[in-house]
Amino acid sequence: MNKIFEVPLYPYTRHADQDAATPAHHRVVVVGAGPVGLAAAIDLARQGVEVVVLDENDKVSFGSRAICFAKRTLEIADRLGLGTPLVDKGVQWNIGKVFFDERKVYDFNLLPEEGHKRPAFINLQQYYFEDYLVRRARAIQSEGAPLDLRGGNKVARVADHGDHVALTIDTVDGPYSITADYVIACDGAASPIRSMMGLDFVGRVFEDNFLIADVIMEADFPTERWFWFDPPFNRGQSALLHKQPDGVWRIDLQLGWDIDKEQEKKPEKVIPRLKAMLGDDVEFSLEWVSIYTFQCRRMEKFRHNRVIFAGDSAHQVSPFGARGANSGLQDTDNLAWKLKLVLEGRAPEALLDSYDAERIFGADENILNSSRSTDFITPKSEISRIFRNAVLDLSEHHAFARPLVNSGRLSMPCTYDGSPLNTPDALPGGPARTRPGSPCPDVALGNGFLLDSLGDRFTLLAINADAPDGLSEDGIAVTRLSLTDKDDATGALAARYLGDAPAAVYLIRPDQHVAARWPAYDAVAIRAALRRATGQEMQ
Amino acid sequence: MPTDLILTPNMDRPDDIYADLLAAHEGLSKAESDALNARLILILMNQIGERRVLAQALAAARVPEGS
Repeated sequence: MNKIFEVPLYPYTRHADQDAATPAHHRVVVVGAGPVGLAAAIDLARQGVEVVVLDENDKVSFGSRAICFAKRTLEIADRLGLGTPLVDKGVQWNIGKVFFDERKVYDFNLLPEEGHKRPAFINLQQYYFEDYLVRRARAIQSEGAPLDLRGGNKVARVADHGDHVALTIDTVDGPYSITADYVIACDGAASPIRSMMGLDFVGRVFEDNFLIADVIMEADFPTERWFWFDPPFNRGQSALLHKQPDGVWRIDLQLGWDIDKEQEKKPEKVIPRLKAMLGDDVEFSLEWVSIYTFQCRRMEKFRHNRVIFAGDSAHQVSPFGARGANSGLQDTDNLAWKLKLVLEGRAPEALLDSYDAERIFGADENILNSSRSTDFITPKSEISRIFRNAVLDLSEHHAFARPLVNSGRLSMPCTYDGSPLNTPDALPGGPARTRPGSPCPDVALGNGFLLDSLGDRFTLLAINADAPDGLSEDGIAVTRLSLTDKDDATGALAARYLGDAPAAVYLIRPDQHVAARWPAYDAVAIRAALRRATGQEMQ
Repeated sequence: MPTDLILTPNMDRPDDIYADLLAAHEGLSKAESDALNARLILILMNQIGERRVLAQALAAARVPEGS
């Protein structure tokens, strides 16, 4: 077993807060040091917002768990300063193949265009992802960022007092209390914070079991996502094969509902299943075995005044589509800049309600996509199985059926259509993919990439257009980035940002989403859009 | 209410077309016939293409006597 599971990364140490006469006060407390909690803390702390992370454990999560990290997550990681180690360690892939019975029926490319710094996906064990986040947290700490990571700290009580939150924390040295301006609950699908606050978490249970086996083997399968419907080695069920770093392969086998989970987890049951799939002559060893079921559900609201839920604590989906951890990272990407502006008194508290609006919209999109994938993968009736098999049979021979094949609609960033922060599209002929609410698509620019020059602040992106160096409205500064379509010889900049328009000016949010766009610089319109994008009109 | 779904006679040789449909199923088991019907529906859905028209077709199929 990989040593990384055994090393305490943030062991418990006694903190001065535990000896304070009155509870110490902090700006933000993040509960949970998983991928979402750590990303939230790094994002805030590197922008100067004081943050304490509490976790009852002190190690990375056990087993590979989330393994598929999407392009958008890598772009967010770039903004946080850890994209490169993730991509260097991860296995990059863009291609998926679908098999039905004994035949390959279809393959797809998730990133069929050039000009992106990051691949469609990398596969990387969750424990590496967490390990790199902890290292990044340590690095910014050493540069003076106000981030405090406390292991062995279990939240026992949380109470929202309107203008602050009080927390009681259990440790091996006994309990202590602190207060915070805001709490971000990133404590996972079984969220104790959610339970303590008596909040609902309703949705749909899927009656099916899946076996995860991480095996170590020398195999010459390509670095692609392979998905089987009804294969000879797992009749009537599905199977998935994915490559991870270190010669580890993720195998996911559908088992059905009426099984004995304890029996199915035993090596004497697992190994014959894997041999049937891989062949008798492939040498392998088991690194991790787990059986999971899943639900698709979300909280009715993610923001409960000063306690804000992010990641699995707020929403849960089936794993088909890699929409769990990836959507959690989009949550923190969305929340961090808003919380920073509110804490600094530069935006009204109402801006935080746009987190609810935008991320509930995202969660619903993820739940819809993953529920549909699950209905295709595990048909719930005889007739749905007949149609499913008809789609697969036709997809082998006819292109029209291929878009219907659904082995997981893999995580794409959410476009916040209808967000209260958007200003209506004012760029005639502008491409739909960069309409207000969209995450900015990357473009290669001579010596770098567009996304690396956006983020953390509001940016005015002027393409073939004149605009002043910057402007400021109610204490919010906007920096200009001037480009011409000559900056990108491939034409991707024009295709992605101009469409049929000769020039464009974009207002881009700190999370790299488009807030507004126009055919030319218009100071009055830009100031109005900036007020809108910072929640001034939401009060 | 205007509709794009054609519910008036539109087949050029109805008796021949109907006979073709039955002939395609001849000699098939129930399971094979179900599979053929499913493939046929998907092919025709693609031919129609528009979700709006297909929704009208689904509604008409669900309530054959009309609303």
